[in-house]
This record gives sequence, C-alpha cells and structure tokens, in this order.
Amino acid sequence: MKSGSNLEKVLTAGHFAFTGELGPPRGAHAEEVRKKAVFLKGRVDSVNITDNQTAMVRMASWAASLILIQEGLEPNYQMVCRDRNRLAMQADILGACALGIRNMLCLSGDHCQFGDHPTAKGVFDIDSMQLIATVKKMRDEGKFLSGADLDGKPQIFIGAAANPFADPFEWRVHRLAKKISAGVDFIQTQCIYNMAKFREFIRQANDMGLTEKAYILAGVTPMKSLGMAKYMKAKVPGMDVPDEIISRLQGVARDKQAEEGIKIALEQIAEFKEMKGVAGVHLMAIEWEHRVPEIAERAGMLPRPQV
Amino acid sequence: MIVAKRKPFDEIMQLVKGHKKVLVVGCGTCVAVCLAGGEKEVAVLTTELDMGRKLANNPVALGSITLERQCDREYLAQLDGMVKDYDALISMACGVGIQFLAERFPDTPVFPAVDTCGLAVNQDVGWYEERCRSCGRCVLGLTGGICPVTMCAKGLYNGPCGGTNKGSCEINADQPCAWNAIYERLKAQGRLDCILEVQPPQEWKDTTPRTLIQPGYTKPEKAKA
Repeated sequence: MKSGSNLEKVLTAGHFAFTGELGPPRGAHAEEVRKKAVFLKGRVDSVNITDNQTAMVRMASWAASLILIQEGLEPNYQMVCRDRNRLAMQADILGACALGIRNMLCLSGDHCQFGDHPTAKGVFDIDSMQLIATVKKMRDEGKFLSGADLDGKPQIFIGAAANPFADPFEWRVHRLAKKISAGVDFIQTQCIYNMAKFREFIRQANDMGLTEKAYILAGVTPMKSLGMAKYMKAKVPGMDVPDEIISRLQGVARDKQAEEGIKIALEQIAEFKEMKGVAGVHLMAIEWEHRVPEIAERAGMLPRPQV
Repeated sequence: MIVAKRKPFDEIMQLVKGHKKVLVVGCGTCVAVCLAGGEKEVAVLTTELDMGRKLANNPVALGSITLERQCDREYLAQLDGMVKDYDALISMACGVGIQFLAERFPDTPVFPAVDTCGLAVNQDVGWYEERCRSCGRCVLGLTGGICPVTMCAKGLYNGPCGGTNKGSCEINADQPCAWNAIYERLKAQGRLDCILEVQPPQEWKDTTPRTLIQPGYTKPEKAKA
C-alpha cells in the first residue's frame, strides 16, 4: 500500500471504484460541508474536495477535507498549481498527510480570469505534471523537491486529471502517459459525454499499456437540464457535448429533463463497468449532492465494498 | 522590441499636478517604433498637458526633448545642463529608461507617462504581440520555437492543459493555445519526441534583479580593485 487510503484499497482489491465530489462553501460555515457530506457518506469510496474551483475563492480544500474526515468520509484533496508555489504546496502536502488526508488530486487549475479575482497573479510555479512528481518524490524517496531529506514520508495516493476531449485529441493519450511516468496512481477524467471519443481514448490507453499502470476513473456529470447541457457545450472550455445529448434532453418535457440526464448518466456508468481499462467512475454531481444516493442506488453501486 | 502603452491622460495629470516646470523626455528607440513615447508622442503629450493645465487654472511651464535612448548614459548626458531648470521630469521611455533617467537625476522627481507592456513583435502598424518574458532559461529549442512561458496563459512546461478549446486558450477564443500550436509544429517537423519527456520544474532566474556581464568583460569597479 502506498497510502492505505480507502480508495487505494478498493482499487487494488479489484473493485469498481465510485468517487464523488463536494465543492467547499464560499464562507466559513463548516455546516455547509457537513450537510453535503450526508448525501455522500457510504455511497462513494472517496470524495473530491475542490480547490477554489473555477478560480472562485472558497473554503480551503484541506480544511473542508478535514471536516469530511470528522464526518467519517474519505476526502480526495484537490490541489491546483494556480494558487501556491512549490514551498506552500510541499508544506500543505505534509500538513494534509499529518492530519489524515491520504488521497490527492494534482491539477493545473482554471485560469484566474474565470473567477472572482480575475486580476490576481496566477502562480504556476510548477505545473500539474511537476506536482505529481513532487508528491511522488516526497512519498517514495522521502525528499523535498530540492533534494533535501524530509522526516516522515507523506503517504498519499496520487491522482491527476485527464481530459480526453481537449485538443489535440491524438496527443491526449501521450499526456496521460506523461502523468503516469511522473508518478500518478489514479486518474479521474473530465466529464464524459462523447462516448465514441472516450472509447477511442481508452482503446489507445489500453494499447499503450497505460491502464495497467494507473487506475482510470471515468468522469460522469449528469445533466440537470437542457440549459445546463447547452451551457456546457457552448461555454465550458475543453467540454465535448455531442448534439445527441442535447436532442435527448430536448425530446422530453421540461420537468423530465433531470430524469433524462440521470438516465444518460446511468447508461454511461453501465457501459464503463464493462469497459476494459476503466477502473471506476468519478461522479461529479455539481451542486446536486442530494441526488447522489439515488444515482448510486440506480447505478448498482451500493453497497460500497468494505476493504 | 520593448513595447509600451501611454498612460491615460488623467493619470499623468494627477502625477505632475504639483509641479510647475516639467520636462517631457521621449525615447527614440523601442517606444518610438511602437508609437508610445517617441518625438511625435512627446509633442502630443506636451500640447495636451499645456491645455489641460490651463483649463485647470494651474498652468505649467513645459519643455520637451527626445533622446536617442534613455537606457544609455551617453544619451542621458545630453540632459545634464537642462534638468536644473525643471522641478519634475516625465519620461516616455520604457521602465528601464525611466529608471535610468531617475538614477542620473536623483534629486528631481521622475514620473512615467507610459506603461511598459513587454517584449513584442510588430504584427502590423500599431499592432504588437508579446512573445518573450525574458525568463532566463530559454526552452524554445524543445517547443518548436513557441514560448510556453509567454504564450500559455498558465506558463505550463508540460501542456496542453484540459482547457484547450478548438485550438484556442480557455481564457479567450481569440488567443491560440500555445501547446496546441507547439504540438502542431513539432508534429509537422517530426519532432514530437521533444515533448514526450516530463519537463522538470523551472529554475526561475527572474526572481532577483539580474546583472549580465558578457564573457571577457568586468564591472569597472571590479577591474580597478
């Protein structure tokens, strides 16, 4: 075991993993985290805690991760390269591990321009690839990025993201390979809507032997409405929403769109369970945590394995 | 070249409002080429200030001169006899020139009339695009001659990130994704192996003031010692 996290145990035992996501509040109320956590507890193996997602200031991801631990859930602590330099990152990794965090997701982070402080200076001292390598060096070699020894290796299950849909498509599998060679243990993909393209991506990853070297969790975000689907298609960079998704949602009454969105997600999850090279699903039910119990149940994900 | 943009008139007025005798100093090199601080722009600003201060019932005595360069002592020396006649200087040079001017005349306040915007190419008359952040460790040999530090909004060494949008950067559809362009160029050259390896963290060279002494040269004071 590299970290002993629940997620690592579930994956190494060969179970199909199921992870969730929780966005910390824009304020100091721990209660907001606890309320969302109720819906996720027992229904997922680990919960991603986003780090100032879309460059909006929120409660620190390590702090919300600790609240989650208090509530008996396992966090997957997200860290972006946008907001801190290599000193702060390594300090936070040590602190997170000392307080019981065992999974980390290493990300570049959305550009500051998207958020509520658009003129902030993005740090990007190191990039996500280099952050992965940093955590690995700390964990496996017991050394800081500088090469100096550290006392007490942080036991972290190292994750990263992959977006199979952003340009250039033919390079994406090579970028995945780079993340694996940098040291990731698991990958959570961008929300998948274009299944044909994802099948091709996984086929390439299988052919290159990458799915043997890291666990790939397929990203799923159920569409809540036609408006959301149109927004994601038009406005979210790197998102690939095919017309067939739009037309399926268009084809049902307005009050049935959420149900149709969940049906699409369930069909996807059913396919991922059978797809060679896919080790689990990462469910990003954005501000829809209360629907996770139902989705988990209907997807046949319950009960979660006890390992 | 170095490009700059003239500051808004109101900001310049505010900077020098307490001064009665002001010399406007242009620079005839980079900022003249990019139409921000050469002889012509000095004339325009001087006229604007003259009118603006008259309208504000706060007239000012103005002088103007454009040096060949403000980043060389030889040219700054032209001002040695003039500056005593003024109680403030406005520089229309880049940040380098402004500081060298202020350093030469430390008793006289120096105010910037331009904002320095970077090292840029001339795409067309009046149209400049930044290409270099002078980071001090050039990787262009690996990236197909496209700078990831400058042209990628996140300055990634191992791009492209997941925000690439139909070949554009996530910040703006008009901004090409640098890493998409790097990929396309290296692919066309058959050199994708250049970006297959993980690039290690940058050893930043631009975090302290840098001094450059070319091989075979020394600082004069060192030579004496």
